Amino acid sequence: MTTSVGVAVGAAALASDARGERRRLLLLSSPAMLVVALVIFIPVGWLFWLSFFDQTGATTANYVRLIDNSAYYKIFQTTFLLSAIVTLVTILLGYPLAYLLSQLSRRAALIGLALVLLPFWTSLLVRTYAWLVLLQRNGLVNTALIKLGLIDQPLALVYNFTGAVIGMVHIMLPFLVLPLYASMKSIDPLLPRAAMSLGASPRAAFWTVFAPLTLPGLFAGSLLVFIYCLGFYIVPQVLGGGRVNMVAMKILENATTYFNWGAASALGVVLLVVTLGIFYVIGRFLPAERLSAEPR
Amino acid sequence: MSSGIDRDVSHWQRAWLYVYAGLVLLFLVVPILIVVPMSFTPSEHLEFPPPALSLRWYQSFFGSTEWMDAAWVSIRAAFFTVLVATPLGTAAAYGLHVAASRWTKILRAALVVPLIVPVIIVAIGLFYVFAKLGLINTMTGLVLAHTVLAIPFVIVTVTAGLRRYEMSQEMVARSLGANRWVAFFTVTLPQIRISVLSGALFAWVTSFDEVVIALFISRGESSTLTRKMFTSLRDQVSPTIAAISTMLIALSILVAAAILIQELSRPQRAGQRA
Repeated sequence: MTTSVGVAVGAAALASDARGERRRLLLLSSPAMLVVALVIFIPVGWLFWLSFFDQTGATTANYVRLIDNSAYYKIFQTTFLLSAIVTLVTILLGYPLAYLLSQLSRRAALIGLALVLLPFWTSLLVRTYAWLVLLQRNGLVNTALIKLGLIDQPLALVYNFTGAVIGMVHIMLPFLVLPLYASMKSIDPLLPRAAMSLGASPRAAFWTVFAPLTLPGLFAGSLLVFIYCLGFYIVPQVLGGGRVNMVAMKILENATTYFNWGAASALGVVLLVVTLGIFYVIGRFLPAERLSAEPR
Repeated sequence: MSSGIDRDVSHWQRAWLYVYAGLVLLFLVVPILIVVPMSFTPSEHLEFPPPALSLRWYQSFFGSTEWMDAAWVSIRAAFFTVLVATPLGTAAAYGLHVAASRWTKILRAALVVPLIVPVIIVAIGLFYVFAKLGLINTMTGLVLAHTVLAIPFVIVTVTAGLRRYEMSQEMVARSLGANRWVAFFTVTLPQIRISVLSGALFAWVTSFDEVVIALFISRGESSTLTRKMFTSLRDQVSPTIAAISTMLIALSILVAAAILIQELSRPQRAGQRA
């Protein structure tokens, strides 16, 4: 009783100088903003500038080259195709796993989630390295397949498109499973049960009641996977063995090998615009706080 | 008895789902664990199972000044990143949580931008800007870059903690005479400390794991461990990297185990959802 009166009095006193205080509280975010401005906004703004202006003045040459040069067209095609395949495989592997975890008891689900978290917390380079070792010509996978008599000759599983897909799926799977699991957990388990008590078969209850409710989460999760894939550099570089050319690699090559900053920044701007565009779409389905994933 | 419950799928009927999900979990975990025994091989090549056990590649790591220097750079960079990103992110999260204004949404979005911009773009932009500021190959430049990547994680985890926290407790403290500063440090912070610690952990991992930016702005003596691993991966697949990887895996198992134990020991509240 006395406490609640105290709270009311305190709250009333606070309300009077709330506006000035609010401004001061917002200032608490200024040191963080300063770092973001210095490290993100200035460099990215600089790239924008570089892509439109050279020594002679304003130019669209950097963008015209992107359209005219079929090599760039091919690189964008590879990037989108690889990202789409990785996203699709991630969904095929991740959806049933997330579904099962969401149906298990809390203890069993936590153990399953820990197994999903283990790779999530493991260094990207360690995982890339692990796949390199497993998939090489005389690696464990090929050796096992030959010993089992499934193949006669070792398969080319790495230093190509296949290797890049396997490595990227492994990196991206937790990014799909974790948010999808969360969205499945938030679905009321009584809903499919109600459908079944009304005569729906378990299959019908899943497909007509449960699955549609997971669509927003699935959509947001897979778009997230897709855009992270667009910006990938390390994994396709190592596991693709130079045969898979992504936009990120071309940006790096233009900047460090040819010192062609105009081309590098124009590519960067296109990649950024596509990424932000997709994020805008996801934002309509998920609040920004839910996009807590690591950029690679 | 009740027909609705009878129609539920039995465990046996969905055995295929258990098998499928089990295989996916194996896909996630086995590649990581397989590196561990391989790192103990005495031979030049990676073999599974290793023909004998040897610490040869661990000795080659700890005996190499180059690797040790790189590890030391990474540890220092991660340490300073935690030291800078945690207070900055916590302050921002707190300020934005307490002050509801039309600015909060914009500021929050601006602070999460580092998660969204492809890291390669940040890397080349920073290369250009840091070159002009003389921050290439410096610890300051590396920590600045890693801090900006870590800040969103700190903000996201601390904000989550603040949402679970009953803010009126701080008001009580203040109505009893504590100023905002004292109220925050003695009442609020102790209760959201787990979120702050996970934010700090995220900051550590973000910095320790980062390769692409380090590739551009830290070379030679200021190379980080992951940067050096990446360059040596391009040259050859040496068991030294398996040894380093094993130690990093041991670290992440510790982290995953700590999280699991903490979750399992937390009493489940009624109606709580993960």
